[in-house]
Amino acid sequence: MTQSEMAAPMTPRNDVGSEAVIVAKDVNKWYDNGFHVLKGVSMNVYKGEVVVVMGPSGTGKTTINSTYNELEPYQEGSIEIDGVLIANDIKDIEVVRREVGMVFQQFNLFPHLTVLQNVTLAPIWVRRWPKAKAEEIAMRLLDRVGIAEQAYKFPGQMSGGQQQRVAIARSLAMQPKVMLFDEPTSALDPEMVREVLDVMRNLAKDGMTMVCVTHEVGFAREVADRVVLMDGGVLVEENTPDAFFNNPKEERSKAFLSQIL
Amino acid sequence: MTTVSSRPVERSAPSVQKTGPLAWSQKHLFNSVFNSVLTVVLVGVIGYALFNLFTWALTKAKWAVVTGTFSTMMSGLYPSGSYWRLWFILGMVLTLSGLSWGILARNQKKLFTTPPLVGIGLAALLLVLLPMTRPYLLYSLGLLALLAISAVVGQALGRKVPSAGTYISGGWFVSYFVMLYLLGGNTFTDSMLYTVVAQIGLGILAGWLLSTLITAATVTTWLGRLGLLALGYVVGYYVLGNVLYAPLVGLGLSYSIFLILMQIVGVLLGVLLIWVFSDAQTLQTIGRVALFLAGFVGVFALMGWLPKQLGLEFGLETVRTNNWGGLLLTLFLAISGISLCFPAGVLLALGRRSKLPLIRTFSVAYIELVRGVPLIAILFMGQVLIPLFLPEGMRPDSVVRAIVGLTIFSSAYLAENVRAGLQAVPQGQAEAAQSLGLNKPLTTSLIVLPQALKTAIPAIVGQFISLFQDTTLLGIVGLSELLGITQDLLASPKYLGTYAPAFVFIGAIYWVFCYGMSFGSRRIEEALNTDLR
Repeated sequence: MTQSEMAAPMTPRNDVGSEAVIVAKDVNKWYDNGFHVLKGVSMNVYKGEVVVVMGPSGTGKTTINSTYNELEPYQEGSIEIDGVLIANDIKDIEVVRREVGMVFQQFNLFPHLTVLQNVTLAPIWVRRWPKAKAEEIAMRLLDRVGIAEQAYKFPGQMSGGQQQRVAIARSLAMQPKVMLFDEPTSALDPEMVREVLDVMRNLAKDGMTMVCVTHEVGFAREVADRVVLMDGGVLVEENTPDAFFNNPKEERSKAFLSQIL
Repeated sequence: MTTVSSRPVERSAPSVQKTGPLAWSQKHLFNSVFNSVLTVVLVGVIGYALFNLFTWALTKAKWAVVTGTFSTMMSGLYPSGSYWRLWFILGMVLTLSGLSWGILARNQKKLFTTPPLVGIGLAALLLVLLPMTRPYLLYSLGLLALLAISAVVGQALGRKVPSAGTYISGGWFVSYFVMLYLLGGNTFTDSMLYTVVAQIGLGILAGWLLSTLITAATVTTWLGRLGLLALGYVVGYYVLGNVLYAPLVGLGLSYSIFLILMQIVGVLLGVLLIWVFSDAQTLQTIGRVALFLAGFVGVFALMGWLPKQLGLEFGLETVRTNNWGGLLLTLFLAISGISLCFPAGVLLALGRRSKLPLIRTFSVAYIELVRGVPLIAILFMGQVLIPLFLPEGMRPDSVVRAIVGLTIFSSAYLAENVRAGLQAVPQGQAEAAQSLGLNKPLTTSLIVLPQALKTAIPAIVGQFISLFQDTTLLGIVGLSELLGITQDLLASPKYLGTYAPAFVFIGAIYWVFCYGMSFGSRRIEEALNTDLR
């Protein structure tokens, strides 16, 4: 890459607004055993933006994602989701959580409920939608992720890729403002990775704000507006995907990329 | 290089070389010298034992001890004029069982698979063989037919009405109180059945109707304010008034001024509450709660007051619990114990995992204390010690004491079974539920508990079975349940030396119920299985 290319203005792929959905400032977290897992992480995520978080395992990628909806508490710093401060003693954490969708590495579908019940559970019990409305929206979402015809199956009867797509539909059913993906394709067989990434690609195209912890370089190059490298509990580098993969600023990033590319 | 045929042939089943009983026994019984010897020896031993049992049962055993005391063994000293109530209870329970069976099996093509058919057939055969007079034999066979018919109806119902399961659970709940009333008799409007159905049930219905029908924001907001004012007034005038009465009047304040003062304090408190909860949403919620409570309390009081005014004193003849006995008492104890210890055990298990230290400590202390005491000690305490310490009028009924003892004991063990189930649910399940915005109670009741109970079914039913068998210990402490009454009957000179037939007979009865429970639990497990099939 030449100098002139570097100087060209970065054009965001999506309509990234100036309004921040997630504002994390100097977040510090210790595990119960005293391990300092997050060491002053600051990160903003703007409306409509797709941020890909990369890095070696055990460096706090999943943990920072989990602090955004208080599944993991943090001890110092501040996190604001859509203007609401996620303090550790927050009373109505559920109100924040319903605005933040989350997709897990292990899918975590509810095995005792059908696919349709998995997707409609939260809208019915949390949003208090009538059952008919919840099911209609759920069927539309299942159609969007390509498994509407399996709505009455149980999760145990589906493949991993299908389960992960149901999990995405389940999160979308709450109409969240931001979606957090925690290594959504890491537990999948190679041929199923693509069907899940396709769904995520379409989501990004539709303007969903997303934070993805993933090792999928192709996905990051194509979809991300910003790539973040985490190592040892700190943000090492924040950059556009082009610059990050072709011309990283930090030595640590170069070392990381030389291992995965 | 390998070649792959372009289109593999699809077959419906793997090819089988040999079938038939000869091939089967060759494969399973005589596949090696050692196994052949083992088969021959075991068949010999079992055959000898069975032969002796049958010759004993048909020639030597004096079954008069069973035929002569059959009705006493079944129902103790229950007055024979009221036997129809027991038949009615049996009919109700079998109808509900059939309906539940049908609803559970709603997705299966064939309702009457071989095991239940064989079971029903054997039961019918046994009934014909049992020493019953003709009308009772006809009633019993009719009950079996009722079970089969309601199973068919239940399956059809389950397919048509998706929420049939909820209704049937409600049916079981109410049926317990119907059973209680039919067994004990008494004036209907004084019974627990009347309280549960007419007062609590209708009260909840009325409250729910009121709070859902009246939704206009202005009405609920004003009702919320009114409710808060009333609450403040009650707290200020009655509660604070009682507390401050002695100090203030003692200081020389005149009584009438004190009353007025406290009324003002009450009103001020109410106004303060309204000011604190001034948020429109909160006020409307409070208004809706107030509406519900008004409907509930109103109907509850009305239904309690109305019968006395109308002079409705009808009811069934009272049968005191010391006349309940035999199988009837055994079943009553077991059913009551099971239905009480299950919710108690679940609550204790949840308490043991609670984050609140007080609740957790209490649960752990209860569970460990009870598990360290033998059941017979608890039952002795209930039957012998409590009556010694309490005066005549305050002693609870001996059957109630027995049920409480069984419940105290079993709930501790059940709590540990449920806790094992809770620990088997992956952490990710609760995380997923919480990330969707479900709060703690919803996460537990909709996601964690159903999965935990499903895993724990075998252990839970095992606990139920041991509770059923533990009712025999009450025979030792003086209740005339099936074992106790059999021992009493055998003490009479008429049946001297005929222990064996009597104990074989009641042993068979215990086996039928315990096997029935474990069979039922396996069917429920199959019906709840959601994995690949």
